[in-house]
Amino acid sequence: MEDVVSLLHGFSIALTPYNIVLMVIGIVLGVIIGVLPGLGGANGVAILLPLTFSMSPTSAIIMLSCIYWGALFGGAITSILFNIPGEPWSVATTFDGHPMAQQGRADQALTAAFTSSFVGALVAVIMITFLAPLIAKFALRFGPAEFFAVFFLTFASFIGTSRGSPFKAVASMCLGFALGAVGLDQMTGSLRLTFGSQELLAGFDFLIAVIGLFGIAEMMSSVESGLQFRGKHATIRLSVVLHTWKSLLRYWATSIRSCIIGCWMGVTPGGATPASFMSYALAKRFSKNGNNFGKGEIEGVVAPETAAHAAGTSALLPMLTLGIPGSPTAAVLLGGLMIWGLQPGPMLFIEQKEFVWGLIASMYLGNVVGLIIVLTCVPLFAAILRVPFSIIVPVILVICAVGAYTVNNNMFDIWLMLGFGIMGYVLQKLDYPLAPLVLAIVLGDKAEEGFRQALLGSQGSLTVFWSNWLVGSIMTLGLLLLFSPLITWAISKIRTGLGGHPAAAID
Amino acid sequence: MRKRPLGVMTAIALAAGATAGPVAAAAWEPAKPITFIIPAGTGGGADLMARFIQGIVTKHNLTKQPIVVVNKGGGAGAEGFLDVKGSKGDPHKIIITLSNLFTTPLATGVPFNWKDMTPVAMLSLDQFILWVNAQAPYKTAAEYVAAVKAGDDKKFKMGGTGSKQEDQIITVALEANTTPKKFTYVPYKGGGEVATQLVGNHVDSTVNNPIEAVSQWKGGNLRPLCIFDSKRSTYTEKVTADMAWSDIPTCKEAGVDTEYQMLRGIFTSPGATPEQVAYYVDLFKKVAETEDWKKFMSDGAFNQTFMSGPEFTTWLEAAEKRHLALMKEAGFLAAAAN
Repeated sequence: MEDVVSLLHGFSIALTPYNIVLMVIGIVLGVIIGVLPGLGGANGVAILLPLTFSMSPTSAIIMLSCIYWGALFGGAITSILFNIPGEPWSVATTFDGHPMAQQGRADQALTAAFTSSFVGALVAVIMITFLAPLIAKFALRFGPAEFFAVFFLTFASFIGTSRGSPFKAVASMCLGFALGAVGLDQMTGSLRLTFGSQELLAGFDFLIAVIGLFGIAEMMSSVESGLQFRGKHATIRLSVVLHTWKSLLRYWATSIRSCIIGCWMGVTPGGATPASFMSYALAKRFSKNGNNFGKGEIEGVVAPETAAHAAGTSALLPMLTLGIPGSPTAAVLLGGLMIWGLQPGPMLFIEQKEFVWGLIASMYLGNVVGLIIVLTCVPLFAAILRVPFSIIVPVILVICAVGAYTVNNNMFDIWLMLGFGIMGYVLQKLDYPLAPLVLAIVLGDKAEEGFRQALLGSQGSLTVFWSNWLVGSIMTLGLLLLFSPLITWAISKIRTGLGGHPAAAID
Repeated sequence: MRKRPLGVMTAIALAAGATAGPVAAAAWEPAKPITFIIPAGTGGGADLMARFIQGIVTKHNLTKQPIVVVNKGGGAGAEGFLDVKGSKGDPHKIIITLSNLFTTPLATGVPFNWKDMTPVAMLSLDQFILWVNAQAPYKTAAEYVAAVKAGDDKKFKMGGTGSKQEDQIITVALEANTTPKKFTYVPYKGGGEVATQLVGNHVDSTVNNPIEAVSQWKGGNLRPLCIFDSKRSTYTEKVTADMAWSDIPTCKEAGVDTEYQMLRGIFTSPGATPEQVAYYVDLFKKVAETEDWKKFMSDGAFNQTFMSGPEFTTWLEAAEKRHLALMKEAGFLAAAAN
């Protein structure tokens, strides 16, 4: 009950006209940042951080967190319209969102994405409001072995549910691991696979790989298919929003599952990116229309967006309660807290009640404001596709190049982006899935780190991955998912073997 | 997006410089935005300090040109240092240092040295403290070291940031007190993560910087055993209910003879003129005089030693020798650097 009173007090702090204006500005800036590939939430917040030094801490965090929500919303826009994820966690949104746009259903896809984002965030905020201390304790249980288990589960769910040959998925993932290994080896402090090159010291940035693999490669195949884009007949009616909402109700199970995955990954702090991938893979596995995933299934937009937003929101919880950021953007916000003279950590909830509850209240309000803003703009966004393709391709190419450059202010990255583009195009032609590759680049080094840290602690014994119920159950679940295609195949084989009627097995 | 206004600003600044040039020939002023490089990722101690400085400079209008903060943390900071090394003749670049100024070239063999850049000033020295979980039975550093010595080899896990960097150097130095038993050193990415792992009992101890662990200390989750400095901290204000930074004994007092501090200093591009260096020294003196900075220093129990000129160079030479000796002893030198 005390929480509810504190929350209401928080609303009264957040709901001043000044703060509402800041919210709107923050959301709009965030959407722009989310749309521009490469700029990213973390960079955006870092650039705008100095602007907030003259504000009170509460107003400052309201504006910055609204930039964060805006970036979360905005990431979906370019993913759906152009197959270019503006943010790492929007990669999974491209899988079904972009095919929908190609079929002229961009407005539906956008509405679904925004609404799902909102639902995910709302559930996560409610969780933060009432369960913060409890969850903070749970997050402490996560040591290296537990982290590895979570990443393993993400990888396994992807291989287990991949369309086409699982071997191609594994090959693609291994290529990703190799690319992810370039740079400094955190565990020994020595350089790997840099071949004495200065440019490779920092390794391959995930964003550059994604802009190339998805954006550039997509443009190459579009150009090949004759410079036409079926999305140009996109409807521009606001009523689409209402129609889409009705159809979304059918996917309540997917929404709930994605919320749980998202909250869990955000708190632990696995982050929004693995959450979106895992949620997509599981939705595909459990959906009745699983085979249509990747061809423009609305459920394939709902799942990753819900999870990403839930994770992105709950990632702020470990930052507030433990002082460890659950995402790079949270890390920059953490820096902001210190500059405003606040010490993040277990004492924040006690010493800075006004600030914490003001922030939590702004999470509710910021997301409502954000949803209204982006939904009213859906027709506008969808209308972009009416611009002739021959005009829009060069524009996107330039935006991609600027984005790739912005990541590290480095010209070499633009060449890398083009290289990844060619690689993506070739892999697509050869029917290798790109998602496992991207997943491995993002999570490969983190998984490796967890694995080696755990083994260091256990003196090299693998039993550490089954040393308690938490890590043991995640690992076992991961193994089951990994071998699920094999198990399904074996079962059907046995059945056909015994019954002799293949048709009976399908029944 | 940032590129265009930058160009415009440069043009304006150049035009202004052309008219004002002959009058104030002696003092140098930056003619375009200053790039402030952090040779580490976002969210770490160096990142925090650099962004804090940017904040102070913006808030108090200390420069006519804006400061742009950029993270170049690849290859344990080599990316950032190599960038400054390659910017000869462009004094609009400054870089903040961690111990990786010395350790990274030694451990990885990447060719750079502090002498490849122009030293500006030492801002402060960052402390290291030996921490254990508040539930652990060890009340003093001597008790903990005795337990490590009595236990199985490699039974005790020391969590730290990075590999072959400052935290592991301290761990190896600490092992002089526990011979023949060694710690299992577990490297993590960031200091905050290390502190949390200690709270969650996934490691047995850490050598976190004060600022990385202070909130967990306040929250009653961690216990400081000793500070790796020759003197106790000078901050006497209470941090927890009954302890101030100055109440933490030095490791030497506690019977564990190990000392280590980390340089938080500023360097600029090679070939900078004395006027240019003087401009930056002056700027950072102004930063150090602000109340914000003093509070930041006290929150993180930094050792406030401001140094520039020959004094700083002498300090750097000594520190370089010391790191070489420590790294050699620990066997951390890259093959190429031997």
